[in-house]
Amino acid sequence: MASSEEDGTVEEKENNNKKRTKSTLATAWLTFYNIAMTAGWLVLAIAMMRFYVQKGTHKGLYRSIARTLKFFQTFALVEVGHCAIGIVRTSVIVTGVQVCSRIFMVWFITNSIRQIQNEESVILFLVVWTVTEVTRYSYYTFKLLNHLPYFIKWARYNFFIVLYPLGVAGELLTIYAALPFVRRSGMYSMRLPNKYNVSFDYYYCLIVVMLSYIPLFPQLYFHMLRQRRKVLHGEVIVEKDD
Amino acid sequence: MKHYEVEILDAKTKDKLCFLDKVEPNATIGEIKSMFHKSHPQWYPARQSIRLDPKGKSLKDEDVLQHLPVGTTATFYFRDLGAQISWVTVFLTEYTGPLVIYLMFYFRVPFIYAPKYDFTTSKHWVVHLACMCHSFHYVKRLLETLFVHRFSHGTMPLRNIFKNCTYYWGFAAWMAYYINHPLYTPPSKLYGEQQIRLALILFLFCQIGNFSIHIALRNLRPPGSKTRKIPYPTKNPFTWIFLLVSCPNYTYELGSWLGFTLMTQCLPVAFFTLVGFIQMTVWAKGKHRSYLKEFRDYPPLRSPILPFIL
Repeated sequence: MASSEEDGTVEEKENNNKKRTKSTLATAWLTFYNIAMTAGWLVLAIAMMRFYVQKGTHKGLYRSIARTLKFFQTFALVEVGHCAIGIVRTSVIVTGVQVCSRIFMVWFITNSIRQIQNEESVILFLVVWTVTEVTRYSYYTFKLLNHLPYFIKWARYNFFIVLYPLGVAGELLTIYAALPFVRRSGMYSMRLPNKYNVSFDYYYCLIVVMLSYIPLFPQLYFHMLRQRRKVLHGEVIVEKDD
Repeated sequence: MKHYEVEILDAKTKDKLCFLDKVEPNATIGEIKSMFHKSHPQWYPARQSIRLDPKGKSLKDEDVLQHLPVGTTATFYFRDLGAQISWVTVFLTEYTGPLVIYLMFYFRVPFIYAPKYDFTTSKHWVVHLACMCHSFHYVKRLLETLFVHRFSHGTMPLRNIFKNCTYYWGFAAWMAYYINHPLYTPPSKLYGEQQIRLALILFLFCQIGNFSIHIALRNLRPPGSKTRKIPYPTKNPFTWIFLLVSCPNYTYELGSWLGFTLMTQCLPVAFFTLVGFIQMTVWAKGKHRSYLKEFRDYPPLRSPILPFIL
């Protein structure tokens, strides 16, 4: 009766406190995470520029930044976790696809196929990724600190218009360059007969991956364009219902 | 008798789409849908979603006008569900595909394997056994669709047929390609025979089990009705699993495919089993939750799909 009513409100207060501590904890972690990632990609940007200025060539540039790149790009997997537990309001699938495509490029193309590491297309997508990530993570950082300079917002929602297609070009050209080496070495492939009764041809898999850019890239690009219209121009967009 | 007036608005734009006057108080939503269909012939009843609230749940066809929380002028909101297709059509299409496709690989129709293998047969007896099991499975499913199942919903969105057929037909082709391949490796000589025998027993046991559950579920529901009741074990021992599991049809289905995986020792089959298991678990959890919500006296010992585990 009276005591259970009290218990009810105490429980409610406890729940609200739990929610508040969870969101302060989440905000603290996300702020730390975004600052760290901004710093990481800035380090990559500076290392790339230093290498080019000192050596005058892009050959060997990938090797010199490979470890840092692998670390920071792989760490971005936690962003999928952020969406999954709800501390970031983005679709798990969209984030998952974007992070996985990066992981795929880094680990399954550039890292494992040494012969293409000095291609110009690699530098192209590395530069694009670096500019994009520094902009994106500093945008999130400033947003979390409630202190977002307009030019960062502008950059985040305008750079992609050029950077996104350029990045895709860099990635596709790199995969295309890697194809002959994959075919010759037969890497990551399995032929019949074997006791699992399965076969896998990495060469054809890569061709399928390249083809998948055709439906996927426009979807992601137009998603960003829609976000841009909403954020920069305050347009109210009536989403198509399912 | 007081007549009702019914106005139907678009749920998104709130435009007045239809006004019906002199509607009987005991008219059902289904009848109102038919009337709406007359003024808008492109929206047949199956693709109409009628709700009291633009963002609310769809009303059922059986709901009666005078029992709804509306005044004598009732306002309903309409949402177009998109082109619909009947469940029976979808099931028949998605199950006929694997049946035919597997047989094409089994008989080594030209353009699949190297030309010297065209129309040859495998030398491994397990390959013939696998073909019989796979074909039996899908024939059973087709017959159940025609004669056993009683569907709650008549239709589903048209785009589902493309999604579902891609899944079933795609996986069937992928599995069949390897099992019927000239370079197929059957389970090893050492324990192979026992493995295949065990697999076959598991497969048949679960096929009978799955069928028993389908029959039991059918008997819960009188013909033409959409009532929902708690399923209970019957005299058939294969239904005693209802004591521990809400959706034993999925449990048995998992068992059948585990049997088939063991029999063929083929990774694509294992993959298909895994993906199917994940999907069925999602469905089972949903069904279990609606059982719990709908029935206060639902047996607490039951798990959605795996006894005590999941």
